[in-house]
Amino acid sequence: MSAVAESRHRELGLTDDEYARINELLGREPNDTELAMFSLIWSEHCAYKHSRKLLGRLPTEGERVLMGPGENAGAIEIGDGYAVAFKVESHNHPSAVEPFQGAATGVGGILRDVFAIGARPIAILDSLRFGELDSERSRYLLEGAVAGIGHYGNSIGVPTVGGELGFEPPYEHNCLINAMCVGLAKTEEMVRSAAAGPGNLVVLVGASTGRDGIGGASVLASAELEAGDDAKRPSVQIGDPFEESKLLECCLELLQGELLVSLQDLGAAGLTSSAGEMASKGGVGIEIDVSRVPLREPDLEPFEVMISESQERMLAVVEPGKLEQVVATCERWQTGVAAIGEVTDDGRLRVVDGTSEVADVPVAALVDGCPLYDLEPAEPRDWIYGNRSTLPERVTQTAGRSADPGDPSAILIALLGSPNVASASWAFEQYDSVVGSRTARRPETADAAVLMVPESGGAIAVSIDGNGRRVACEPYVGAVEAVLECAQNLACIGAEPLGLTNCLNFGNPEKPNIAWQLDRAVSGLADACAELGIPVVGGNVSLYNETEEGPIYPTPIVGMVGELPAAELAVGPDLREGDEIALVGPFAPSLAGSELAKLRGELGMGLPETAIEPVARALGLVRELVRDGAARAAHDISDGGVACALAEMAIAGGVGARLDLDPLIELRGCSGETALFGEGPGGFLLAASTAELGAFSERAASTGADVLRLGQAGGERLEISAAEADVSVPLSDAEAAWRSLDLALQG
Amino acid sequence: MIGVVQFPGSCDERDALAACERVGEGRLVWHEETDLSGLDGIVVPGGFSYGDYLRAGAIARFSPAMEAVAAFAEQGGPVLGICNGFQVLCEAGLLPGALLPNEGLRFVCRQVEVIAQKSDSLFSSELEPGTRLSIPVKHMTGRYFAPEEDLDAIEAAGQVAFRYARGHNPNGSLREIAGVTNEAGNVLGLMPHPEHAVDPLTGSDDGLALFKAIAAQPAPA
Repeated sequence: MSAVAESRHRELGLTDDEYARINELLGREPNDTELAMFSLIWSEHCAYKHSRKLLGRLPTEGERVLMGPGENAGAIEIGDGYAVAFKVESHNHPSAVEPFQGAATGVGGILRDVFAIGARPIAILDSLRFGELDSERSRYLLEGAVAGIGHYGNSIGVPTVGGELGFEPPYEHNCLINAMCVGLAKTEEMVRSAAAGPGNLVVLVGASTGRDGIGGASVLASAELEAGDDAKRPSVQIGDPFEESKLLECCLELLQGELLVSLQDLGAAGLTSSAGEMASKGGVGIEIDVSRVPLREPDLEPFEVMISESQERMLAVVEPGKLEQVVATCERWQTGVAAIGEVTDDGRLRVVDGTSEVADVPVAALVDGCPLYDLEPAEPRDWIYGNRSTLPERVTQTAGRSADPGDPSAILIALLGSPNVASASWAFEQYDSVVGSRTARRPETADAAVLMVPESGGAIAVSIDGNGRRVACEPYVGAVEAVLECAQNLACIGAEPLGLTNCLNFGNPEKPNIAWQLDRAVSGLADACAELGIPVVGGNVSLYNETEEGPIYPTPIVGMVGELPAAELAVGPDLREGDEIALVGPFAPSLAGSELAKLRGELGMGLPETAIEPVARALGLVRELVRDGAARAAHDISDGGVACALAEMAIAGGVGARLDLDPLIELRGCSGETALFGEGPGGFLLAASTAELGAFSERAASTGADVLRLGQAGGERLEISAAEADVSVPLSDAEAAWRSLDLALQG
Repeated sequence: MIGVVQFPGSCDERDALAACERVGEGRLVWHEETDLSGLDGIVVPGGFSYGDYLRAGAIARFSPAMEAVAAFAEQGGPVLGICNGFQVLCEAGLLPGALLPNEGLRFVCRQVEVIAQKSDSLFSSELEPGTRLSIPVKHMTGRYFAPEEDLDAIEAAGQVAFRYARGHNPNGSLREIAGVTNEAGNVLGLMPHPEHAVDPLTGSDDGLALFKAIAAQPAPA
């Protein structure tokens, strides 16, 4: 190995062993272009080299699964010849460097994944994590990311129907931007990405190719963020939603006309990975002539053309006889089109520049040759993240100077004003949630988004969730809880899960403590999905989310799609005067890992173990009660425990409530404070008429799910008696606290 | 038959078409089309026509379809511009005033209430003055603006068709104006989206009245 070559591969992020392996696979040293191609395809972002072995644990099979992991997006049959397609993906590092474009192109990328399989995108959801809002940097990232998501989604006419926001110190320097897209496809118009038919043409559709985003995936997404990363801004791609809107309509029209053999979006590593993956899946080769790629700047080097991450481009395989029609359709949509190569039968990815050869590598070596690594997990001895007590300060801010931070009423107000619990309508109002005429439940009007699907005669529900802080406390249990939380959100509107997509946001997997988090969390996801019978149909892994300040909380984000017979059946959380309120499910509150423990600076390792089966029974019961109309309102118990869940229901309905938590305290043997603010999976608050509630208990008994009658809606105060800890606050105070984030950010 | 203009970058054209089809028949009109014969009314829908990277509606007004729409309006045919369509009609000089970036400089998507004003436009046939409609807005550039004397003039001429209800003005529009007509009363521009208020399940069906009003019009001579 020459000294020059040695420094070259290290600069591109390849280890010496990986470089040696490339030499071995090629039987020679790679040239510069080939090395650039290998370095990107073998990056963590593209090759999943530290996670692929773990991902094998996830259950991916299901009777109605039409496409699973490996395709651009997963797809599940919903009847009448239709399927839902969905996937979640991260765009964390680009957003930490340039939040507006980073988040915007994150949306653009996930939309392309969905229409690449022939599905029309019908909904976007996003899951965002930032540092605490008292930091100027966090506010800058938050404002930029929210505006960027809105810019792209609003401009392209796909509604953003839900999502969640979280604020924790470990995300201060490494925010998380996870975007999920749901699409609807006629199953007969769906298309795979495998290239086929030697002699067929390889056609690049969409925007021209420029220098933007060169090496984005390897430079940004596959290493820790460092100080001075702002200088990497040129590596962040720039989004053009108008270009994508034309590309989307054009591609769907091409597929409807049966003009394409296969289709793949261009994402990380650009043409190299798209061509490589299409060839690999089809067991064929591809030859590309870079001189035929339409360029934004005339002097791009061949290697730059091959790795550019310019946005809004798709690669298609087209039979030669259909090229003319393809070109005509693209011209009608005023989107670029160029035949840049062809499918070959020799299993090689060959790149030529006119007549001169630029690269020639076996597809198998490029796409599957990357070594996969075993993790070396080690459980951390103690809590590796910091603790900061902010409760007294928050209580003073929200409940007044004289308030006592030990007083349950003051604690409730402080919790409702905490950015993790408070209303995020400031963000949601920046997103078009209604375009498409399917949105039956807008953000914050139910536990999950509800979309009408008249094509199949029903409706779907979508939820996205993940609590990194709890996963940090106990990765296995935390990951189980993420799946349960999504399933609970769906149950609250009467929907049954169809499938799941996930994005694993973790720190540097080469560090044993992070490896342990990853290993345990994937097992948790796998076990929860297996026990609930929910197939994982796709996902994304984002590693190296850490800075000199330390790693992020391990944050598996779960996106779940469910179905319900009709959108009319969905209920919201809003209480009505006179409603009886009951707690349903095996909810066993604990302060471990809770929002209150965070505010008190009392976080540490450990969460109570969770039995999935009793939660599954409660899910079924709640779903039935909602569908039958027996439950008039439903809300799952999440951040801030029973007290916050009740307050949210009361605020939504504009009516107070009086609750007695003694039955819960007796059943679980917990303190009043834990009953009020403790968290854990498996809990629902349901509202119903007195007569219906009587019938609940009987139905519950037959399913073995617990039902505790706790009180009634009415009045203008929240009164909760909980042994030694009583809450009594005017509803208006609770609402003001819950809406305080909007005011703080509106300014 | 109502035509819904489709520009590259339109977002709400299918929704507007579906709204038209609730009250009658409709079809899309491609931005390069110039033959509007057989159409009884035109909807210029919301979205980001041609990307709207310049000024909202500034490019779309030059499209072949918009030239045909201008001629259609000249003949007295009913034209409804929604959101981006309102912006396009202002740019085309078919409606008075202009839409500026929202007061808060942020995109806003929100259910608002608007109040039908006393006007003799052909869109008011289904709406008593004072009727409150619940309709969503969603835009970045929706602050209605015109010089004071122009505002006085359009008010005097009964061209203000809708105002935001008290506390519902989402963008800082002058005199709470949510929708205006041309002098003849056959062209209406609205920032709220009536096509997203045609089904109680998605929020409200108060917007149907506007589509009914167009459908009830005889075809222009």
